[in-house]
Amino acid sequence: MDLQEIISEALSTLTLNKMRTGLAVLGIIIGIGSVIALISLGQGSQKSIENSIQSLGANLLTVIPGGTSSGGIRTAVGTATTLTLSDARVIEEELTDTTVAQVSPEYSARSQVTAGRNNTNTNIVGVEPQYAQIRKIDVSSGTFISEIDLKGLAKVAVLGPTAASDLFGEGIDPTDQSIRVQGQSMRVVGVTVSKGGSGFNNPDDSIYVPLSTAQKQLFGDSSLTSIAVEAKSQDVMTQAQDEIGYLLLEMHKLKDPTSADFSIFSQNDILSTASQVTGTFTALLGGIAAISLLVGGIGIMNIMLVTVTERTREIGLRKALGAKKKIIISQFLIEAIFLTFTGGMVGMVIGIGTSYALSNFFSLPFAISVQSIALAIGVSGAIGILFGWYPARKAASLQPIEALRYE
Amino acid sequence: MIAVNHLSKIYKTDSVETMALSDVSFNIKKGEFVAIMGPSGSGKSTLMHILGALDLPTSGSYTLDGDNVSNLSEDELADIRNKKIGFVFQAFNLLPRTTALKNVQLPMIYAGIKKEDRIKLAEKYLTLVGLADRMEHTSSQLSGGQQQRVAIARSLVMNPSIILADEPTGNIATTQAEEIMEIFEHLNDEGHTIIMITHEQDIAEHAKRIITIRDGKIVGDIKNGKRRNLKS
Repeated sequence: MDLQEIISEALSTLTLNKMRTGLAVLGIIIGIGSVIALISLGQGSQKSIENSIQSLGANLLTVIPGGTSSGGIRTAVGTATTLTLSDARVIEEELTDTTVAQVSPEYSARSQVTAGRNNTNTNIVGVEPQYAQIRKIDVSSGTFISEIDLKGLAKVAVLGPTAASDLFGEGIDPTDQSIRVQGQSMRVVGVTVSKGGSGFNNPDDSIYVPLSTAQKQLFGDSSLTSIAVEAKSQDVMTQAQDEIGYLLLEMHKLKDPTSADFSIFSQNDILSTASQVTGTFTALLGGIAAISLLVGGIGIMNIMLVTVTERTREIGLRKALGAKKKIIISQFLIEAIFLTFTGGMVGMVIGIGTSYALSNFFSLPFAISVQSIALAIGVSGAIGILFGWYPARKAASLQPIEALRYE
Repeated sequence: MIAVNHLSKIYKTDSVETMALSDVSFNIKKGEFVAIMGPSGSGKSTLMHILGALDLPTSGSYTLDGDNVSNLSEDELADIRNKKIGFVFQAFNLLPRTTALKNVQLPMIYAGIKKEDRIKLAEKYLTLVGLADRMEHTSSQLSGGQQQRVAIARSLVMNPSIILADEPTGNIATTQAEEIMEIFEHLNDEGHTIIMITHEQDIAEHAKRIITIRDGKIVGDIKNGKRRNLKS
């Protein structure tokens, strides 16, 4: 009996028992599909976290006021008004030659904003033009705040996409429309590209105005709420942090670093926290993959064990009619390979489709890796073939009469 | 053609030894139609399994066509079952959801016979057992008697030295049982050697020789003269 005959016997057995074949393939589809979908969703979430971190800006140091002590009471970080525009200018002048690439002084405050009959309470950010580069903000229509706007205390505003849709409605371009902030009319000159954030300082739900306008015209406050500093490279981050610290201590006439009335946050701090998060996530992902592989594998194992075991009598009959052990094992092995292969292919398509649909639904980036597919198909396939082969071998090793009598 | 000498079979379960066959000896010549009779537990099924190369004896020898079956390897036994023995089981043992034509081809597939030849032979033997118009029917579409006729066709296609029938009428209605026995008689008339296990006297009466077995020993071996009379 040659291989071609064994294959055709295996295939005809599979096609004759459509229900059994269908169930076995379904088991494998679910096993492999769920593993691929889960791994892919996990990878998508991981990518989403990484993207959020990337979008914070590269090599970023943030100086914020705070930590002043007066009469034994230490005020909370971020609430003091000790940073000024001249601090930012000095950092720029003194350190641009060594470690600092760009400096962006910022003033932000929450305010009620109206446009026609719509109003919203949002974050007004006074910025200089370089804010866009440092904070990685892109404009989808119109322009960002310019140097001329800054010098002329222009009453112009750039809206974040959420703020724009809150004030003007979804899909309407608000450029050249006017909004009212703090009783003053401002002309909208641009809308930024969505960065996909949420929370209190959501860049999508912000309105950017020239720093000079914010300080002098809108809020009448000469302090800054933060200074963002972009270091020249990742390597000089620590050095830049130290230099800014000493420079500001000197500017503020403070001798002791412990009495500093400002704090400097390095993106390294955020990154190390974030890498802990992604590390936990990777572990979680591994756990999900391992559990789904286990569950999928057990499902496949069950269906293969059941189908082969219920065929013990058939194996006995085939042996009684002259089939050699090797031939029977080959036939069952071919059946298992065929089932696993068919189920694996369909499962892969369904798994990818499911994860695509789910990542759209949860607005996560869609990520799929060849490794995860290979892992799912490799492990589940090996289990399918192993548990198609092993009980068949066991049954084929029985005396034909024992197999025939098997109930 | 069949020589059985001092055959014994002992089953061991845990510490209990059961003597299923004890020192059985007999010969069967080509063209005989032998019924092996006995109550359940007499050892007749064990004897049938050894004669069918489905099981090996504990001691003694069994020679079929000059081959000492007790000395053969598992694969050689498979060849013996394939080429020299045609089985007819009480429970028919056809492949489910498979056509009669395909069922009859099964032993020929394992013998490596080409597909065109297989189909020709399968059709010939299905016609012989009177199922020319049922070849594409699956087992569940056939009556018990028809299923057993498919099984008989299957036992014949390899032109075996012996046909071994284990209670062939045990699962079918009496009227159909008579038809099955007529087929066996007809095959015997054409020169086929048939060994049939049964516990029913009237079924055994169709054979030319009746071996009676009890408690693992042969207690009777008689020529049966009634058969010709029954036919007339």
